[in-house]
Amino acid sequence: MMQSKPNLGRHALVLVPYGWLAVFFLMPFLLVLAISLSSVRLGMPPYEPLYAWQGSLLSIRLNLENFVFVLGENTYLLAYLTSLKVAAISTVLMLAIAYPLAYGIASCSPGSRSFLIFLVIVPFWSSMLIRVYAWMSILRNDGLLNSLLLHLGVISEPLRIMNTETAIYIGIVYTYLPFMVLPIYANLSASDRTLIEAARDLGCSRMAAFWRVTFPLSLRGVAAGCALVFIPVIGEFVVPDLLGGADTQMIGRTIWIEFFNNRDWPVASAVTVLLLVILVIPIVLFQTRLSRTSTA
Amino acid sequence: MPQPSLFNRLSIFAGLTFLYLPIVVLVVYSFNASRLVTVWGGFSAQWYTAAISNQSMVEGAKVSFLVAAISATFATALGSLAAIVAVRIRRFRGHHIFNGMLVAPMVMPEVVMGVSMLLMFVTLGIDRGPVTITLAHATFTMCFAAVVMQSRLAELDPSLEEAARDLGCPPFLAFIKVAVPNMAPAFVSAWLLSFTLSLDDLVLSSFTTGPGASTLPMKVYSQIKFGVTPEVNAISTIILGVVVFGLVTSRIVSRPSAKSNLAV
Repeated sequence: MMQSKPNLGRHALVLVPYGWLAVFFLMPFLLVLAISLSSVRLGMPPYEPLYAWQGSLLSIRLNLENFVFVLGENTYLLAYLTSLKVAAISTVLMLAIAYPLAYGIASCSPGSRSFLIFLVIVPFWSSMLIRVYAWMSILRNDGLLNSLLLHLGVISEPLRIMNTETAIYIGIVYTYLPFMVLPIYANLSASDRTLIEAARDLGCSRMAAFWRVTFPLSLRGVAAGCALVFIPVIGEFVVPDLLGGADTQMIGRTIWIEFFNNRDWPVASAVTVLLLVILVIPIVLFQTRLSRTSTA
Repeated sequence: MPQPSLFNRLSIFAGLTFLYLPIVVLVVYSFNASRLVTVWGGFSAQWYTAAISNQSMVEGAKVSFLVAAISATFATALGSLAAIVAVRIRRFRGHHIFNGMLVAPMVMPEVVMGVSMLLMFVTLGIDRGPVTITLAHATFTMCFAAVVMQSRLAELDPSLEEAARDLGCPPFLAFIKVAVPNMAPAFVSAWLLSFTLSLDDLVLSSFTTGPGASTLPMKVYSQIKFGVTPEVNAISTIILGVVVFGLVTSRIVSRPSAKSNLAV
């Protein structure tokens, strides 16, 4: 299309955003990888350089001990597994809440649709920290939920929800829900209604038409929504830190503590690299799927 | 279009109640005269006075607004360029890597991005502070800006630019004169989205800041760690008010198409 003369301009156009992302997104990851192969030392930066010149001899030292250490520690392994479990369960929970909501909105008239989806977007734009904080005053032992239930006589002793895994699920489902609703809604609202009418005309019941036509056609939106929540939740920090307890350690919080409190950066980098290894497969799947939809 | 069924109305009602109830509770209790969360002690605006006269919070807010405004401007410019590259040029050497880098920051856990940027700034010996926070924010919000611009670019009618070119306009000028004005509402949405994402960010800021520079979310976070106070409720309500005001304005100004879902 735009290829007659401005070849130089074209190169420059590609180079600016490409260069920015390469420097500020890709290069940092390579550094994490490099530092995970280093060893700790006192001072700043708190790790040994990977290479040194001895006369005209370049010596490179790669230290795999950090990985051996991380893979041998049960606390790290447990944190990885807990993160995967929490991400998987909360993705399913979110799907169960988001699908009916998105489906309901898609069934409205175009005017109210755009207003309702605006209402879903507002929380997505407002601070995650504030939304987690809102739950803190509700879930505490002397919080609103407990005082309400005590007042109504449903319970005789406050429920312990704050600082438990339940609180983490509530917080994550709450903060990430819009990410699940939006792609499903986009998919459902773009779907062809005549297909469902055809199925109904051919004698399909409402339920059967939904499960045989609408739902399979919306799977692409479901997949996008699941990827948008599952991947970042694995490394979530704010929710487990503020709502979770000491017994549920997620890997995002482990990394935070390693960097800020323990200051063993090479080991922390190794923990991060292993998290990236876990994340790479779903991210690549997500990206290829996304580019396939955009070219289709 | 038939009326939504009872089931659909119920699921909309339940979903939106879940999304809004905690926020409503937070706002209501910011006006509580009592210090306790569970006891309603009558209406009072005292926590707002306390919040506004809290010097440390005001300092944090200044840093946050400055960082958000500058990083959003960078993010919109870079995101627009990235969107033009992704939609118009499409195939060039390394376009797979480029597309990957454009999508990954949106799903990458913030802790991971924070760690990697921290290590880069330390390795390069760059002093950390508001400047490094701005660079980090611009990088992660430009991808969201790019999504907004991409969906707008993809919707543009190519025949308009073709017409300009047929009338003798060089392609580059046709793009500037025809496509860019048509993208104006998307610029506003992209900037506002980047601005709010930056304003809200805690994790990336904490990793890329140095001694002395704290953003508002960082200050709020360290207060929350000590527990729930009505003053934090008041600060949160002010922040929510700013965000909602921005959203409603941008919705009125830019009248979005139904397709650009991330944008308002």
